[in-house]
Amino acid sequence: MKIIKAPLEKKVIEKLKIGDEVLITGVIYTARDQAHKRLVEALKAGRRLPIDIRGKVFYYCGPTKTPQGKIIGSCGPTTSSRMDDFTPLLLKAGLKGMIGKGRRSPQVIAAIKKYQAVYFLTYAGCGALLAGYVKKATPVAYRDLGPEAIYRLEVEDFPLIVGIDCRGKSVYA
Amino acid sequence: MRVISANKIRDVVSDLCIQANWVLRRDILRALKAAYAKEANKRAKEILGAIIQNAQIAEREKLAICQDTGLPCIFVELGQNVKIAGDLKSTINKGIELGYKKGFLRNSIIKDPLLRGKSGYQPAIIHIDIAGGDKLKITVLPKGFGCENKTQLKMFTPTTGIEEIKEFIVGAINSAGPDACPPYVVGVGVGGTADYACLLAKKALLRRVHSPQSTVHSQGIKKIEGELLREINALNIGPMGLGGKTTALAVHIETYPTHIAGLPVAVNISCHALRSATAVL
Repeated sequence: MKIIKAPLEKKVIEKLKIGDEVLITGVIYTARDQAHKRLVEALKAGRRLPIDIRGKVFYYCGPTKTPQGKIIGSCGPTTSSRMDDFTPLLLKAGLKGMIGKGRRSPQVIAAIKKYQAVYFLTYAGCGALLAGYVKKATPVAYRDLGPEAIYRLEVEDFPLIVGIDCRGKSVYA
Repeated sequence: MRVISANKIRDVVSDLCIQANWVLRRDILRALKAAYAKEANKRAKEILGAIIQNAQIAEREKLAICQDTGLPCIFVELGQNVKIAGDLKSTINKGIELGYKKGFLRNSIIKDPLLRGKSGYQPAIIHIDIAGGDKLKITVLPKGFGCENKTQLKMFTPTTGIEEIKEFIVGAINSAGPDACPPYVVGVGVGGTADYACLLAKKALLRRVHSPQSTVHSQGIKKIEGELLREINALNIGPMGLGGKTTALAVHIETYPTHIAGLPVAVNISCHALRSATAVL
């Protein structure tokens, strides 16, 4: 088990290998389909992004509504491949980590290698379990998107498995 | 004529949405526990353990089992001797919205599939069948889209052999791979028309896993279900796609008569969080 911090540092990313079990503590950001579309449109138009993505980790997740007295609702990963078309440009802009479920395209794998990033898997379909690792959740951008807004999550020992490492190796290959 | 009020139906639908999303079906939980006991792959076992733990936490904490609380698919069996005091479809949709709000479930439905826009709670997909008697049976199946996106339909020629059909079904699972949250329950619809085969495949997910109810099917179909389950579990996809012998918990085939010129086959996959709840009024 490797214990790491988010945002990610270069020397941490370099040590991660496919299949490694990792616990991450720190700040990550939810982002899924519509948020990706907007971020990439902004990058292409040369506009400033609503959050600084350099060194950051995106979690492909659209949580349920937060019940009263809770920090967040159910918050498991969504299918990563739907983000594939947007990912290389975000990696080029400095994004360093992604958390999701399932396979990635060859273009994403190549970009992960080129920009020295990492793709993590987490327990798919286990949103109630994963909610327990989130200590704070704050919407920070695209609030009009509802469950697809970007949330800043403070997580503690959030469980991950390295799916694609910075050498471009995939656990599914 | 027996009269059932719209308010009663609305409240029952609301409760069913919450129950389905918070409390994992007992047959699925049992199947997961059986798979956990049998799984030899260490990582697969660990993931199955997390899935079981997730169901327990969801039930205890009154949280959705999965954040994708689905597109609610509603199956209604309306007795001929029942009169609904109000509009049935709009009542069901009101019940969905009420339940999803009360249960803190996700508003995942967008009104326009092309323009997209802001997401809301309804409309649901509603199938209404007329039955005999004076009862109203309502089933809510919140279908997550990670697995719905992996649906496949193929219009085979009528002379196609069973081996080729099996290959297609196993191929559909192989192409879903790790993406749709294995271990899966595989719904298969054979016969009817293209649309009807898809509906049968979806309805196949409602059948209880490993239940005596499946004995209503012919021995031939039961045998094919068993063979397909073995073949799928030999794919070594496993929980989260990281290997193991638990790729599917069950394969359910539903059949219907079809045309002499055709043989439609549909595959509708459910993730391990197969959720549904039923009430009879």
